[in-house]
Amino acid sequence: MTQNGAPQPPLEHVIETKELGIFYGAFRAVTDVNVKIRRNKISAIIGPSGCGKTTLLRAFNRMNELLPGTRVEGKVLFDGQSLYEPSVDPVEVRYRIGMVFQRPNPFPKSIHENVAWGARIHGFQGNMEELVESCLRQAALWDEVKDKLTQSGLALSGGQQQRLCIARALAVQPEVILMDEPASALDPIATLKIEELMQDLKQRYTIVIVTHNMQQAARVSDYTAMMMLTEDDSSGTVIEFDETNVIFTRPRNKRTEDYVTGRYG
Amino acid sequence: MKAGIWSFDSNPEGRHRRGAAWRKGLFAVTVLGIVALVTLLLNILNGAFGYAALEARVDPASLAVDGVPLEEQSREQLVALLQATLSSGAFNKLNTDKPFSERSRTNVYDLVLERIVRPDIRETWNLWESLTRLSEIRAFTQSEFPEARLQFINWLNPRFVTRPQTSEALTAGVRTAILGSLWTILFAILLAFPIGVSAAIYLEEFATDNRLTRLIRTNINNLAGVPSIVYGILGLAIFVRALEPLTSGEVFGIVNPTTANGRTVLSAGLTLGLLVLPLIIINAQEAIRAVPQSLRQASYGIGATKWQTIWSHVLPGALPGILTGTILAISRAIGETAPLVVVGASTAISFDPASPFSKFTTLPIQIYQWTARPQAEFRSLAAAASLVLLGLLLSLNAAAILLRNRYSRRS
Repeated sequence: MTQNGAPQPPLEHVIETKELGIFYGAFRAVTDVNVKIRRNKISAIIGPSGCGKTTLLRAFNRMNELLPGTRVEGKVLFDGQSLYEPSVDPVEVRYRIGMVFQRPNPFPKSIHENVAWGARIHGFQGNMEELVESCLRQAALWDEVKDKLTQSGLALSGGQQQRLCIARALAVQPEVILMDEPASALDPIATLKIEELMQDLKQRYTIVIVTHNMQQAARVSDYTAMMMLTEDDSSGTVIEFDETNVIFTRPRNKRTEDYVTGRYG
Repeated sequence: MKAGIWSFDSNPEGRHRRGAAWRKGLFAVTVLGIVALVTLLLNILNGAFGYAALEARVDPASLAVDGVPLEEQSREQLVALLQATLSSGAFNKLNTDKPFSERSRTNVYDLVLERIVRPDIRETWNLWESLTRLSEIRAFTQSEFPEARLQFINWLNPRFVTRPQTSEALTAGVRTAILGSLWTILFAILLAFPIGVSAAIYLEEFATDNRLTRLIRTNINNLAGVPSIVYGILGLAIFVRALEPLTSGEVFGIVNPTTANGRTVLSAGLTLGLLVLPLIIINAQEAIRAVPQSLRQASYGIGATKWQTIWSHVLPGALPGILTGTILAISRAIGETAPLVVVGASTAISFDPASPFSKFTTLPIQIYQWTARPQAEFRSLAAAASLVLLGLLLSLNAAAILLRNRYSRRS
């Protein structure tokens, strides 16, 4: 993952998949995905339940392999380098591609420690207080927690917990943040805050978000990948990937159109 | 009745009635359990207090010097009395055990009682009899033992806890046994806790799920159910016999004059450690398994390694459960008798275990030995020792629970 030699201009596409297939044991969950995730944009993955959205997202930072028996074919390129080469350390992949999960899962530690822990394990050299404040500010949480940094992260509300998880992901300075339905466990107001936050974050990070909520995808994302089960072997695949307004206003694929207009099923 | 195409017999009264019947039944069973426990405790308490008819070989009143009764004499006077009364051999032996100049007055006074006054117990009564039939007891004592003095004895007194064992019921104590119990528990936990927790971490977090690890897991569960006497035989074969140079302290250059051979407090502790090892492994496994997967994912998600995840998140989360397992292990180990008999606990030693290589006795062994004696007063001692054992168990558990709560609060 190290970049040697002369500095190269960053690739326009941070993540690119080539004929990506994902298996759980003998079960093929995702087939033949070819998407290019653009830098400093928000890309959404939408589709019906069980079509492999989360599976695809977790393949981007090798979280899939925490489940025994998972296997991929094809390629995932990150900054042009294949992630599934034997020489690539998944720990370093996750260091550069962070993740926010469906249900808020702060560590049962203090708010400060939730943010600081990740930085510390990666050998952070600078001023920890500044880093914690900066991350909490970026996550739009600082004003709400600045007086109770020593309290447990679990004492916060659900929406605050999720923003704490985002701050935690920011603390290791990832290039990409993967968000797996980050607002599905939250109420509309907390959801709105997360969505506003994502708009701020995309100035500095690339965001990939899985969502059930088509309005959310339409509101926040620049690009949208539409996933569906293939008709032949009931594994999921991306049937259309384009700019979000194209997907929602003039999709080329009939099934995409049925889905986004609510005629799915 | 609701209208519809299906007919129901909803019968809420009947369902509530059945629920109420269950509730009453469960309540009755709970009460039964509590009654059984209270009976047990009362039974022990009943034995630990009561009147005794004491007959002194030498009347303490005759030992008064210049009108000062025996109880009020100074240490020097008491030493002089001992020197005058005992044979010089016996006196010198006491002096060699511990010089009189270093003994406290209480200690010397006890010696006077033990060696000169020598009260003998003629008859004892338990607490219930003492409270309800005092006049009968008085009459009985007067007619049967006219020389005897009736005294209410609290067998569970501070001296009982602080004195070593002797063959006289009135002066016997359980200090030796308490220290023996503490030493064995210490070695048991020192052996079982690190090994058990390490094994649990490996089995839960690292071992691949194949036939061998499944076999190992099943057998750890089986080991927890093996009768403790079998562990005693194992301990006898391994720690007492095979590892004798180690457990007797020979390899460390310690030659024990009491020739404990391998029958030392160390062997006993290691045997109990083996006994509770499966218990600790199983509880630690459960605790590690109970740490939510989402926490591990959160940790991996920011690029933590497996070990960082285990060390910083899984273990702190599992610690309360691991400590609960340790509490269970201590409770089990402290009450074990059979394996210690096999490993060679001494029944009558009066000196404290001074090193891991000492001979030892423990509270359950002591209780067992006292209940086996024909004299009734030793059963009172056994009852008092049972209370001490219960107290020791409760305080060790309380310590572990405090520790656990501290860790639970921190997270």
